[in-house]
Amino acid sequence: MNIVVCVKYVPDATADRQFESDNTVDRVGVDGLLSELDEYAVEQALQLKEKAGDDTEVTALCIGPEKAVDAVRKALQMGVDKGVHVSDEAIAGSDYAATSLVLAKAIEKIGQPDVVMCGMASTDASGGVVPAMLAERLGLPQVTLAAVVETQGDQVRIKRDGDTATEVIGGQMPLVLSVTDQSGEARYPSFKGIMAAKKKPLETWSLSDIGVDAGQVGLDAAWTAVDDTTARPPRTAGEIVKDEDGSGATALVEFLASKKFI
Amino acid sequence: MSEVLVLIDHVDGAVRKPTYELLAIAKRLGEPSAVFIGGADKAAEVAEKVKAYGAEKVYVVDDAQIKGYLVAPKAEVLQQLAEKAQSSGGVAAILIPSSGEGKEIGARLSIKLESGLITDAVDVSAEGVVTQSVFAGNFTLTGKVTKGTPIITVKPNSAAPEEGAGAGTVEEFTATISDAAKKAQIVAAQPRQATGRPELTEAAIVVSGGRGTGGNFEPVEGLADALGAAVGASRAAVDSGWKPHTFQVGQTGKTVSPQLYVANGISGAIQHRAGMQTSKTIVAVNKDEEAPIFELVDFGVVGDLHTVLPAATEEINKRKG
Ligand SMILES: Cc1cc2nc3c(=O)[nH]c(=O)nc-3n(C[C@H](O)[C@H](O)[C@H](O)COP(=O)(O)OP(=O)(O)OC[C@H]3O[C@@H](n4cnc5c(N)ncnc54)[C@H](O)[C@@H]3O)c2cc1C
Ligand SMILES: Nc1ncnc2c1ncn2[C@@H]1O[C@H](COP(=O)(O)O)[C@@H](O)[C@H]1O
Repeated sequence: MNIVVCVKYVPDATADRQFESDNTVDRVGVDGLLSELDEYAVEQALQLKEKAGDDTEVTALCIGPEKAVDAVRKALQMGVDKGVHVSDEAIAGSDYAATSLVLAKAIEKIGQPDVVMCGMASTDASGGVVPAMLAERLGLPQVTLAAVVETQGDQVRIKRDGDTATEVIGGQMPLVLSVTDQSGEARYPSFKGIMAAKKKPLETWSLSDIGVDAGQVGLDAAWTAVDDTTARPPRTAGEIVKDEDGSGATALVEFLASKKFI
Repeated sequence: MSEVLVLIDHVDGAVRKPTYELLAIAKRLGEPSAVFIGGADKAAEVAEKVKAYGAEKVYVVDDAQIKGYLVAPKAEVLQQLAEKAQSSGGVAAILIPSSGEGKEIGARLSIKLESGLITDAVDVSAEGVVTQSVFAGNFTLTGKVTKGTPIITVKPNSAAPEEGAGAGTVEEFTATISDAAKKAQIVAAQPRQATGRPELTEAAIVVSGGRGTGGNFEPVEGLADALGAAVGASRAAVDSGWKPHTFQVGQTGKTVSPQLYVANGISGAIQHRAGMQTSKTIVAVNKDEEAPIFELVDFGVVGDLHTVLPAATEEINKRKG
């Protein structure tokens, strides 16, 4: 089996995330890492491999600036077999459409996948749309937002909390699969894994390597434009009271009544 | 005037509130055309509903052939409708509810129509300027679609529904669905059990509990019921098995933007804030005065939720008489 797991390098959510003057996400000034939500995708990809046997190959694929190779390295340490990092100045500022194009072209070069595994959403853009766009571009079905993944041969079944019901969804490989943070804790890289990762193949491709024209990607080719980014004004300090012998409850009710919630 | 396609959000013909919010936004942009993909037997009833909120046209697409298949067939329907409408009077925008499925429909449609997609809008102006809230609600973004027909997924509670009848002309539409679109299928579905409380994402008031409840949600639920509120939970409470995942508020749960959010025994981690920071009024009860949630609140009580909440609930019920 051939599994490609898409991993994104994102600014640390607990750091002070910012925008650049051109309204793109600051991916350099803030420490980055493999998106926590994509660790779950790596985990599920590895579990599929462990179930299917050793001739299965898992490739971690990341699009992003130079530093983004760290996300691929982490996936290699966790246990994927090889890594591909697509990096090209022209990609900077790409929107979902361009990102999904580059991912699709890179996947075609990696070779016909049985499963393209994604996280439920990136922790920066958090659109959760790249997996569906990728499926559209690759002409594949998509089975997304899985809390539980089960396979039997090329049959895939997932369980998920749908918008209005708990659902079991079935599909057949090849397909695009995305998993949530309910799918099971991601493993930590072991010391052995960290050492082994150093010897694993890691390729860096430019746009020309995958046959994408620089004019198709980047900020200027984007199908959407961000005109303004404004930091939300800090909330004005509220009133905080200490509860003493029931005074907290009374004050709380007074506040709610003053705001007409009661 | 150009049409604005609005995908109706419904469960077996029961129209959900976000549909009316989308219609209100659609009126700013052009002539609202509601799109019903569902059972033909429910069409008349649904058409009446959306008409009352301003739909000029109602496209009815019988889902007998595609029911149970996910996302891809609906994207094909919208593509074909958009192409048809484009050739008559033009399409100003396509509005879709920002649910898990809605965003994925938008994603496929975006590639099909080679049109820009903006997700998770919290507002859309008459000029098509879209407002989003990002980085856990710490930044507000405004932007526009610059290519093709704007496809915008809109979060619940982003506009007030506006009553006022449109023409509501019903037009049946038959789409051609490819075999490729029928490759992912719902095998089984268990509808969410009714809680008797408002829907979390639609509620005007949300009362949430976290690890600090110690697993006893009674004080939280008591206050919620006194206020007519929905009940939410932090991931810690969900991971502990105290509440199902559908109650989770935050980055990997639901985003809520109610008039009032009451966080009880919740520390206020960035991932939790991501789901509630845009609430109009925020109140917290936490026994640790250093808890980061207090940085966000309009009103906070430093105290034990197990005593504060029941006392407050009793007082509220007394006032209500
Ligand atoms: C990728 C990722 C995604 C995540 N997504 C989400 C998400 O969607 N939603 C989410 O909520 N979290 C999410 N988290 C987890 C988040 O980081 C926090 O761990 C979580 O929100 C903590 O929940 P809590 O506030 O209930 O628990 P804690 O942080 O343990 O806080 C409990 C609070 O209760 C208070 N307390 C204890 N006893 C009492 C009492 N008797 N009375 C009053 N107060 C009391 C304590 O002082 C403390 O402040 C995510 C994390 C990651 C890494
Ligand atoms: N630049 C990228 N490189 C690799 N994978 C990505 C990238 N952007 C998005 N993805 C994948 O698509 C998923 C959803 O991303 P998004 O639609 O941006 O929320 C992520 O969890 C990743 O699996």
